[in-house]
Amino acid sequence: MKNTLKQVFHSSKFLVGFIIFLAILLTMFIYPLVNPGNPLQMIGVGTFAKPGTYVSLYDATKTSTETLRLPDADEKRLAKLLTNEDRVAMVEWFTAMQISVEGLDISDTDAMIDLWKANYDPAVKPKGMTQAKRNYYKRLNNSIAEIGAAETLIITEKNEETGELEEQGKITKTDYVNTNAVANVKRLPLGTDNFGRDVLKELISAAGTSLLIGLLAGAVATLVGLTLGLLSGYVGGFVDDIIMFITNIFTVIPGFVLLILISYSIGQEQRGATVVALVIGLTSWTWTTRSVRSQVISLRNRDHVNLSKLSGHSLFRIILTDILPYIASYVVMAFILQVSSGILAEAQLSLLGLGPRTTEVPTLGLMMNWAMLYSAHTNGSWWAYFPVILTITLISFSLNLMNTGLDQVFNPTLRD
Amino acid sequence: MKGYRKYFGKKIVWFLITLVAAVILNFVLPRLMPADPVSAITGKMAQGMTDASAVQEIYKRYEAEFGTDKPMITQFFIFVKNLFRGDLGTSFSQYPRRVSDIISSAIGWTIALQLPAILVGWLLGNLLGALAAYIRKGFDKVLLPVSLFLSNVPAFGMAVTLLVLFAVNWKIAPIGGGYAFDMIPNFSWSFIKSVISHYQLPFWSIVLVSVGGQAIGMRSMSIYELNADYVKYARFLGIKDRKIVGYVFRNAMLPQVTGLALSIGTMIGGALVAEIIFSYPGLGSTMYSAVTAADYPLISATTLIITFMVLVVTFLLDIIYGFIDPRVKAAQFDA
Repeated sequence: MKNTLKQVFHSSKFLVGFIIFLAILLTMFIYPLVNPGNPLQMIGVGTFAKPGTYVSLYDATKTSTETLRLPDADEKRLAKLLTNEDRVAMVEWFTAMQISVEGLDISDTDAMIDLWKANYDPAVKPKGMTQAKRNYYKRLNNSIAEIGAAETLIITEKNEETGELEEQGKITKTDYVNTNAVANVKRLPLGTDNFGRDVLKELISAAGTSLLIGLLAGAVATLVGLTLGLLSGYVGGFVDDIIMFITNIFTVIPGFVLLILISYSIGQEQRGATVVALVIGLTSWTWTTRSVRSQVISLRNRDHVNLSKLSGHSLFRIILTDILPYIASYVVMAFILQVSSGILAEAQLSLLGLGPRTTEVPTLGLMMNWAMLYSAHTNGSWWAYFPVILTITLISFSLNLMNTGLDQVFNPTLRD
Repeated sequence: MKGYRKYFGKKIVWFLITLVAAVILNFVLPRLMPADPVSAITGKMAQGMTDASAVQEIYKRYEAEFGTDKPMITQFFIFVKNLFRGDLGTSFSQYPRRVSDIISSAIGWTIALQLPAILVGWLLGNLLGALAAYIRKGFDKVLLPVSLFLSNVPAFGMAVTLLVLFAVNWKIAPIGGGYAFDMIPNFSWSFIKSVISHYQLPFWSIVLVSVGGQAIGMRSMSIYELNADYVKYARFLGIKDRKIVGYVFRNAMLPQVTGLALSIGTMIGGALVAEIIFSYPGLGSTMYSAVTAADYPLISATTLIITFMVLVVTFLLDIIYGFIDPRVKAAQFDA
């Protein structure tokens, strides 16, 4: 046993897979400790907030400031304000007004603004320009004017009694607050989803649920497959015929279809994560049965099995002590594969709208389903679906890598 | 020919048995559930209705439509009889369209997409796997991890990734559908061009996903065969390397055909889900809209037709296998 384990961990493929899997597992356990709370809590009101650090504007204005004189502060302000589209639009204006733009670099904010200030006139109506477009230029002009103007912003509060605005403080361009001093700062490394939920937190919780679904489905499938395979292979005869008949039928009828039919019939209300896992397990045992059976058949006439039979050991004991140890490595490998295909099956089922009911736990498939329903893929919210795809891929990649490693250890002909 | 006849006869019998089992399952599974499908449907239809007798009326109509007022076994025979006539009932969500009409307009798209995609993926994968086994060294070192990673990307994940990259970001491919939305299917050049451009992303997403798995399978089969005794013996005999490689890959291909037959169901399942991402007008999207609209007759029909397709493909692969497997050939000479 010890030797086998040593051999297994010497396989580089197994090791890489194991490390990836372990890293995912550790994240699942550690992250909720660092960042506790309900993963389904809707913290954002809008949909798909971008990834980043969110600082409470209210708290920031109340926080004591430090003065920093950064030489490029104004430049950055301008750059943030003038988007690339604005710059292109400005060049369009120049060309419409027949102003030479030769040698003008649109990333050179200062030059752009100088030229703009020198030439823009809201009263001019270039030929063929729509009213909407002209209004856009007016707004653009206003915001450009604003950057140059106010050196200070004044914070006012409304006096309850008189209704007058009273000055509370000033913010100058050189005022900075330390984010550590601001009372409310929220880091959303993966933004929020369509319901305004923290994607990272949800993802880690979902990966856990999906893995549990995979484990349960894999355990059920392996158990059923193993039992049927052992019975069929060892007992043989009539039992074998019946089991193989059923197995052959279910090998050809796609498990995916059965899964859809059963899930649909169960109905949304009864469909919890556990039920979905059980159903997946019960529709994917055929592979294990077939392979276990063929291995048992090659084992059952070996000398040590015959010896056990002659000694009058019970069927149960022979299977447990003389057959199982020989196919254990195979069963472990089959189990690993079942886990990864179980996770995939849940995801596909959820994408069809037949996954676990949506209110209790997030799963990877449900996250994917929500992201697609709210067309995250067409509106550029990559953080809502790409991490999910990557997580599914990484989990199943690591499991399959471990499986390939095991395969090479136990089947010497495949070794490199 | 006697050996072949026996082999094919056996395969045909199995095909029929599985077909019957599939039809029975398709009929029984939804009816085994504790919830009464008719009352569930009535509940959905009658949402917001206050008149009890009207609800009762709806219930009765659906009961008659499904024939659930009759005993189970009679229902089954009606179901089978209707199947033979190609009558799959009426769709709820696209009332009064017949389910068979909806299916027949979708099935062509699915077959045209998936059959070539899976075949190309299989061929490409086998080629790469065989090359990796034969060349080893650097090529193998790169190909194996890449294939392993690719084969673990879910089909829908590959679909979304390709869609976002090529259609949303680079805008060199259409975003979805089977053809441009402003067109009416006809045999004009512009329509065919539109269909082809809409075909690319779904096609390649299925190919890319299936290449990985096939390459890995072929690689290990080929390595196994290359180390077999007959190869060493042939080398001692001085048979040319080319010829040996030919034998080896022929032998390694055989399990790959069986592998394809066994995994075709899973592959089609994955590809159907990928269809949804592209709103491709095939069976996958049909099933999706049926599920979201709780259109029971349509769901039942799509699952049945998908099962039927998988059974037919598996059967055909078995037949092809019979022709290329020397053991079946040998049985022919024995007889």
